[in-house]
Formats: sequence, C-alpha cells, structure tokens
Amino acid sequence: MTSGPSQAPATGAPVVDGETAKRRGWGWLLLVPGMLYLAVFFVFPTIQLFFTSLYDPSGSFERGYAMTWQFGNYLDAVRDTWNLFVRSFAYAGIATVVCLVLGYPLAYAIAFKSGRWKNFMLVLVIAPFFTSFLLRTLAWRTILSDQGPVTSFLQTIGMLPDDGRLLATPVAVIAGLIYNFMPFMTLPLYASLDKVDYRLVEAAGDLYSSPFTGFRKVTFPLSLPGVVSGTLLTFIPACGDYINAELLGTPKQYMVGNRIQSAFLTEHNYPLAASLSLILMLVVVLMVFVYVRRAGTEDLL
Amino acid sequence: MADIDKDLRLERLTKRFGDFLAVDDLTLTVPNGSFFALLGPSGCGKTTTLRMVAGLEDPTLGQVLIGDQDITHLRPYKRPVNTVFQSYALFPHLTIFENVAFGLRRRGVKDYKQKTMDMIDLVQLSGYADRKPSQLSGGQQQRVALGRALINEPGVLLLDEPLGALDLKLRRQMQIELKRIQTEIEVTFVHVTHDQEEAMTMADTIAVMNHGLIEQMGAPGDLYENPRTTFVANFLGQSNLIRVDVIDTADDNIVVDCYGQKVGVAPSRAHAEGKNAWLGIRPEKLFAGAAGADEHAGSNVLTGGRITDVSFVGVSTQYLVAMPWGQELMVFEQNTGHRSLFRNGDHVDITWAPAHAFLLDAHQDARAGMMTPEDTE
Repeated sequence: MTSGPSQAPATGAPVVDGETAKRRGWGWLLLVPGMLYLAVFFVFPTIQLFFTSLYDPSGSFERGYAMTWQFGNYLDAVRDTWNLFVRSFAYAGIATVVCLVLGYPLAYAIAFKSGRWKNFMLVLVIAPFFTSFLLRTLAWRTILSDQGPVTSFLQTIGMLPDDGRLLATPVAVIAGLIYNFMPFMTLPLYASLDKVDYRLVEAAGDLYSSPFTGFRKVTFPLSLPGVVSGTLLTFIPACGDYINAELLGTPKQYMVGNRIQSAFLTEHNYPLAASLSLILMLVVVLMVFVYVRRAGTEDLL
Repeated sequence: MADIDKDLRLERLTKRFGDFLAVDDLTLTVPNGSFFALLGPSGCGKTTTLRMVAGLEDPTLGQVLIGDQDITHLRPYKRPVNTVFQSYALFPHLTIFENVAFGLRRRGVKDYKQKTMDMIDLVQLSGYADRKPSQLSGGQQQRVALGRALINEPGVLLLDEPLGALDLKLRRQMQIELKRIQTEIEVTFVHVTHDQEEAMTMADTIAVMNHGLIEQMGAPGDLYENPRTTFVANFLGQSNLIRVDVIDTADDNIVVDCYGQKVGVAPSRAHAEGKNAWLGIRPEKLFAGAAGADEHAGSNVLTGGRITDVSFVGVSTQYLVAMPWGQELMVFEQNTGHRSLFRNGDHVDITWAPAHAFLLDAHQDARAGMMTPEDTE
C-alpha cells in the first residue's frame, strides 16, 4: 500500500520481505498500550523520584524543595538506615526460604496427588485474595495476641516462656510475611510442577533412580523455573513490605518500607524517602540479577 | 543363547482398574534372547501388561518372574528391566550424553563415560552427545531412548509402541535397525504394538491380545497362515470368512458345505466344533478364473462369482467378487503380467488349494478384529 511505483521491486522476493516486515511492524503495535501505561506510571515517576532524591534535604513542605543535585542524600540515607536494609533483607530472605519449604510440598501435592480435588485446592490457595491484605494482617494480630490461642498453646507445651509473646516480635513479622506471600510462591511452583511430564518420573524410576533420586535429578531440576519465579515474586515484594512490620511488630522490627512510608507521609522528607526507594530498588535488582545468573535459568524465565 | 534361567515368565497375571478387567489371567513365557511382540488394538491390555513387567503398575493377581526370581513386587528401579517409552520420555534438561549415562550413573558404574560414548556410537549419534533432546529429530530421539535403555544391559528390554511417533518411511528403517541391534546383543525384547505389520516384521513370536486375553500366540507365519480365531484372522492381514456347514469330518479331509457347493479343509487347520463354522481364506490365496475354465484341478472351487470391483494397486490387482449367496469376497492377484485383467461384471469361478483354507468356530463375530477407521491413526 505504501510502496509507490518508483520503488516497485524488480523481483518478487523483496515484496515478500516487505510484507513480512509490515506484519512484524503490526506486531509491535500490540506493545503500545502496555508501553504507554508503563511510561506514564512507572518510567516517568521513577525519573521524578530520581530528581526528588537529589533535592536539598533542608527543604520542607512549607518552604518548598530546591534542586541542589545533593548526591550526599544517598550517603546519609545509607548511613542512617543500613540496619533497616539488613533487617529487611533478612526478614524477606527468611520468609522466602520458609515459603519455599512450605510451598513446594504443597504445590507438589496439588500437581501430582490431588486428583479431582486439584481445582478446589488451587482455589483454596488463592482464596486469601478474596479479603483485603490489610484485614488479613489485622486478623493475624488477634491470632498472635498475648492471650490468643497460638501463644497459649506454645506456652503450654513449653516452647515459649510464660511471659513470652509472639506479637511485636520478629517472629510475628516474618510469620505475617510468610502468610501473605505464600500464594506468590505456591502458584508459580505449581505451574512448573504441573508441566513436569509424569512419564519422565517413571522413566527415572525405570533407570534405577529411587523415588528420592528421581526427584533430585528430574522433578526438581524441571521445576527450577517455578522455584526461581516463586522466590522472586516472594522476595521482591517482601523486601519492600511495611504493613506486616507496622501491624505485627514494633519500631524495633521496622523494615525499609516503614522508614520510606514515614519519610514520605509523616516527615515529608522527600529527598530521604526518594533516595531510600531508589537504593532499595537498585539493591533488589542487583540481587535478582546475581540470583538468576547463579540459578542458570535465564533461558527458562 | 537359550539360557532358560533368564526367561521372562508371567504367571496368571491379572490387572483390574475398578470394574474394568485390563489383563485377564495371563500366562506366558518369553524365551531369553527372543524378540517377542504383544500385538493388539488399543485397550486390549498390552500396555498394562508391559507396565506390570516394568513395575510401573501393580498386578491385582499373579506373578512376574525372570528365571526363578520373582520380581512381581520389586520397585521399578530394582528390576533388571528397562523400557523404551512410547513418547521416549527423554529428560529435556539433560544432554544426550547425560540422558544415555543416566542409568549407569545411578548405579555408580565407574567407567560410565566410555560406555556411554560407545552406546552413542552404537545408536549412530556420535557428534550429538552435547545436544539437548529438543534439538534432535524424532528418529534421533528414538535412538537416544533406545540407547538410554540398552546401556544398562537389561535382562529384558520393554518397548512400548516405540515407533508410533515416526512417519512411515522412518518407521520401516527403525524396524530393521531395531531387529539388527536385537540380533547383535541378544537381549530379550518385549515389544508392544498395535501395528500388525511392525510385529510381523520384527518379532520371532507374536502374542495377539484382545480384551485382556491372548487370542493366539506363535511365529508370525503360523499366526498368519493358520489363525485360530476370527479376531486373529482379521487383525493380522485380511480374511474372507464364509459361513459353512460341516458335513463330513474324515481323518484326512474335512468336507464342508458352502451354500450348496462342497469344499475340503485340512484337519490341522480346523479350529471349529459343531455343525456350523466359518471357512476362512486369505484374499491372496484365492484365484479367480473365467467361469467354467477349470484351470486348477485338485483345488476347491466355488462357482457363480461375478466381478463387482477392480482396484489396480500396482503390485497386485484387488477384485471384489459377488457370490451367489450375496457375499463379496476379496481376491488379490499378483501383477505377474501373465494374465489379463477381469472387468466389472465378468463371470468367474473362485479356486484355492485345500491346504490354504482354515475353519473357525461359528460362535465368533466374523467382524472381530477388523480395522475400523478410528483404529488407523
């Protein structure tokens, strides 16, 4: 349609090439809505955030903020809050490992052993999403409260001293993280375990693998894409979470998210909040990059 | 070679799935070193039988033995049996080398590297050791599956429709290849297939299965020439089955009445009791001659035929001949070039040697074992 008579090709081949190129061009158009959305709501705010992080930190809501290219903001942020970063990564790391340990057998059972209950069990995994994240975490306050059933049970069996408590401890915060991010671990694990051809497991048995060796050599390696995406989907949001620390912990258990939230909303210290956000983002991206490289699953993701 | 100690024996093997009886009281012996085929339509119990030998399915009743060793309840990984799976079941995350070496490494064989390379050579895949299964063609994947099983030097190699996924030409090639390898290494092969041609090409012994039972077992030639049931007569090749009355059962010749015309059958080929029977003759054993020409003295003759269809297929010409009682018989004539073709409506007599007919029990369905369109992939 676009080619004028002057460009009329001498042979038939370039016409075909032009056609395919045109078709590919249309394919790219499908990306436009998503790209636009990301540009407006992700790329632009991130750039904005980057500039905000370089504002003069002495600015305030009343006096306004001056752009002074204050790279020192980053140093200050790291100096004052490095322990929050360490805590965030530790909590998120522990929560991710526990999610994996709990979620893998669950996903395995749903994929291979649930028979006709498969869909029902999957709905149960997703069911928590029918209630708000906030409400569910508030409910955990009741469950873990000092007079609550869990605390008294643990006290009875002697796993917790009589004056010991769960609420307002790291255990409560991590337990909340585990609970809230469990589906993000279970579903990708299920998706990749469900794709594992059971005949491969039979073949491993036929080739002298005990059930455990068969799992180690065949099922687990084939489920690695699920392990990688599950751990990423758990670890990344858990690092930035502040609701669990806020509702189930005390300032002693606060994570980076809490500091960012208070810097933004309470102290109006936008430069600090922005630089903390960007540091968190960068560190997480770096960790993910190293992790995916180590897992050797780039081609599987 | 005929080492009695390693024969595979199934004793009264039975498998039920709920109400469905998949394998019904099966007893058979597969001699060590033989190429044995379990042949039957889908759902006849052949794959279930194979899976019970492999240990992937628990028998409801009965025993599986290799020599004197009872392996009925041994876990699959403890059996001296390996399987070539229907869809190959190659490990997609491992290279060809790692796939082939898998069994040896699980058993802690030290010089697995050399053995693996030798096996890769044997299945003609040298140079592909570092590739992943998805980078190979169907035929190559098939070879990997074979090598991966054979390298373990199993007492019995089980093959579950191993060539089902290949196209016709490649399948023929692999049939010859499989037979060559089997002869070379003298391992017992138990081959499950629904393809009668494949079974006849490769196997020393075929067991034809139907509804969980063995209909008949024997050498391919015996099964084809002297079937004992209508199912075998129709499932292996094609047969004309004519309803007859048995008149005289003398010692050396059984005389039957075929809609008023008398013909003879050899007693060794009669598998019928009672007054009625099915007279079976293979289409290529029938001979159509011009009516009244009396070309073949000493043969059985049925007169009054009329050609209703002529299909020229190159190596042969296939006639349909309508008989006076309304049945159409198939007659295949080899294209020797010595005889001219008949045409539609020509009147013919049908003749055959008495030694070529067989007599089957009248209580059986004459259409049992016929290929319906959905059976042919």
